[in-house]
Amino acid sequence: MNRRWRIGLTSIFIALVVAPLLLAGFVAPYPYAEQHREYPYAPPAAVRFVKARPFVEVGGRWCEVRLLPGNGRLFGVAAPCVIFLSGTDGNGRDVFSRLLYGGRISLMTGLLSAFLSLALGLAAGVVAGYFGGWPDWLLMRGGELVMALPWLYLLLATRALLPLHISAVEAFVWPAAIIGAVGWVRPARLIRGVVLSGKERGFVLAARGFGAGHAYLIRRHLLPLTGSVVVTQATVLIPLYMLAEMSLSFLGLGVEEPMPSWGNMLTEASHYHALILHRWLLAPGVAAIPVLLGFLLLADILLDGRHD
Amino acid sequence: MLFLRYFGAVVLVVLTPVSGASGDALVLSGVTGERGGTLVFGQRNEPKTFNPVIAADAASRELILRVMADLIHINRATQLTEPALAKSWTVSHDGLHYVLSLRRGVRFSDGQPFTADDVVFSFQVYLDEKVRSPQRDLLLLEGKPISVRKLDSYRVAVDLPRPYAVAERLFDGLAILPRHILEPVYREGKLAQAWNLSSLPTEVVGLGPFRFKQFLAGQRVVLERNPYYWKVDQAGIQLPYLSEVDLEFAGSEDTQVLRFQDGQSDVISRMSARNFAALEKDRVRRGYALSDVGPGLEYSFLFFNLNELPEGASPEVVARQRLFRRASFRRAVSVAIDREALVRLVYLGRAAALSTPVPLGDKAWVNAKLPHIVRSLPQAHQALAAAGFSRAPDGALLDPEGKPVEFSIITSAGNTERLQMATLIQDDLKQLGMNVHVVPLEFGSLVNRVFQTHDYEACLMSLIDSDADPNPDMAVWLSSAGNHLWHPEQKTPATPWEGDIDRLMREQMVTRNRNERKRIFDRVQEILMENLPLIPLLSPDILVGAKNGLGNFRPAMMDHYVLWNIEELYWRAEAR
Repeated sequence: MNRRWRIGLTSIFIALVVAPLLLAGFVAPYPYAEQHREYPYAPPAAVRFVKARPFVEVGGRWCEVRLLPGNGRLFGVAAPCVIFLSGTDGNGRDVFSRLLYGGRISLMTGLLSAFLSLALGLAAGVVAGYFGGWPDWLLMRGGELVMALPWLYLLLATRALLPLHISAVEAFVWPAAIIGAVGWVRPARLIRGVVLSGKERGFVLAARGFGAGHAYLIRRHLLPLTGSVVVTQATVLIPLYMLAEMSLSFLGLGVEEPMPSWGNMLTEASHYHALILHRWLLAPGVAAIPVLLGFLLLADILLDGRHD
Repeated sequence: MLFLRYFGAVVLVVLTPVSGASGDALVLSGVTGERGGTLVFGQRNEPKTFNPVIAADAASRELILRVMADLIHINRATQLTEPALAKSWTVSHDGLHYVLSLRRGVRFSDGQPFTADDVVFSFQVYLDEKVRSPQRDLLLLEGKPISVRKLDSYRVAVDLPRPYAVAERLFDGLAILPRHILEPVYREGKLAQAWNLSSLPTEVVGLGPFRFKQFLAGQRVVLERNPYYWKVDQAGIQLPYLSEVDLEFAGSEDTQVLRFQDGQSDVISRMSARNFAALEKDRVRRGYALSDVGPGLEYSFLFFNLNELPEGASPEVVARQRLFRRASFRRAVSVAIDREALVRLVYLGRAAALSTPVPLGDKAWVNAKLPHIVRSLPQAHQALAAAGFSRAPDGALLDPEGKPVEFSIITSAGNTERLQMATLIQDDLKQLGMNVHVVPLEFGSLVNRVFQTHDYEACLMSLIDSDADPNPDMAVWLSSAGNHLWHPEQKTPATPWEGDIDRLMREQMVTRNRNERKRIFDRVQEILMENLPLIPLLSPDILVGAKNGLGNFRPAMMDHYVLWNIEELYWRAEAR
């Protein structure tokens, strides 16, 4: 299969696994915080098809699943029936719905922090590579310092200093901002290397000889050279940062209750009782596999292409 | 209920001191067993010290109390005091002077005799301000220390600075130290460094049923039978029955549970309701029994920050404080909380909802006349409307000044149950239109906010009482006390009702008539429930387990839940 095809197929795969997450508000049968207190730790519902019409079992009773039941959701069951495709957690919240909403948050954090760290990395890498001298020294040594800091422990310590009132948007943005702000060093080094070699190439030297200014050279000649590095880095960084978000939330440093993220959902699943009695709580771990795999496959293909 | 049922079935231990050839051994009539065998216990945390004088953490204390003994002991099953190293005592009419007669012929675990000098020395050490023993506070009554004098080799006089209702209970858990070993160290001023984790196990000498044999940091402590122990069973067999106790450090509750399930440890103490359910699955196949001892001395509650605000606090904080100070607001919050759901969802039914801020394990002292709190949103709405609160068109609750009601509840990030309770309460209060945030904090920073900076709005916390009596909670209810959570260390009571509580608590402390004390403490609870400085939530059950074949296993709902009668535990022949 040629490379273009492989990229196309992988992209379609990514789109397919990511679409339900982005459309969580439509695909999930319940809002993420809705508690069904009569059903704590309900196991995943059994689904049966009778004459091609789907039914779910709830407490010994079979209820028909309706498509577009008219509440703005893709599917649902008429009250008092409930549908928990992936069971419920200890508060009686639908794990399937939380999985989709939580996935959206993990994914958006991955995208946002990848964008942020690439933007910072691009700026730092171009400045360091193009100008050299003290800006180069300052940025690269600063970067090494950032890499050397034990970030996790610093985060644990600084969390206590944050204000207690955080709006939902802030709660989502701050882990993304931190992950992005910490992660700029690696892309910056790669981009610096590209710019460093690029600025010695014939057409750049020629443009400079014709009197082109710094801004023009960077915009017209050097930034385009970094394009493939940025795209490949993005495909590597998105899954990496999704994992970082999951780790932060897992440790209680990221998205907070009642908002779900794959990380804080896995916190509940990490307890012994969950492994023994409530295995469906591990769903976020399983759901993460195709999403991460999709991005990493794409990164692999893109990196392959660079070596060709 | 469960607790009563459980203990109704066992033979009551009757204590009759007798004197025999081996001195004044304490005979536990009704206790029989067989000698030999090892008990493996998975302890959650490692001890920090072996020194009973400075030990403050639960892991160290639990271990130390296996190798040390006290003068008068609280029986964990009956919750009554009983003779230990003091075989009897007399009290003067005014309740200020005690004379304790000590057991004769008792020896420390190194064979040296125990006399009144050891008792006097022990109290001297505990009361010495320079030693900074955490036990010292327990021996101060209203800031004045008790005094202990030697009358002769086997009699000591204890004088209280003022009457104290349950003076005998003060002696429980206060380890009597070997003067012949510790006095030289104490004279050098190095007592706080003695008996640390790098000491040789044989250096630590006590009067408890066991003595140290081996300590492996990060792994285990091995205890061996104290050959000089002073208790015998009804057949005259010297206790303890077990030859060795192996305390292995598990590090976390999940590890404790796994090891217990796998048969690597014989007893498990205080697990969560979820782990209890997980263990129940394999109970028969793996050969262990689990028991729910009933609600213990732990109680969880929600409270609002009622501290004086520092000068220059932002108008937003001032407005919020005005809100928290309204008793009507706190009452509405209380009645909106679905305590039954907390019990059912967080503790899987293994807890009991509270209608007073006194743990249910403290059964004799709970004011049973206080009404059971039933969740009622209409009642909460009514209370809020009567106090001038209103609803915005989008459903948000507006305070009488027209501002939306929004606050955060801080809770310890390390405690899954409390975190889940906060999430459920958040949802309950949302239905009143309150916008509540749940903020899990690392325990240290939580404590710092509550006690030092006072920078928080509401907090969900639990306390565990050390004794089934109102006195340990003096430090919570007195307005001048450090543990007066919602507004600690007041110079003068900030509100008239806190003044009333101060007066009543001091009164009950010196009242010797039990019914009278109960009446006073009932009144304290009424005042607390009228004003709700702590909004009581629930008391979790004590959940424990032991391998089948462990004899005399009688878990209690007071601390050292499973090992309190370790000298009586034995392996039945079939379990060996």
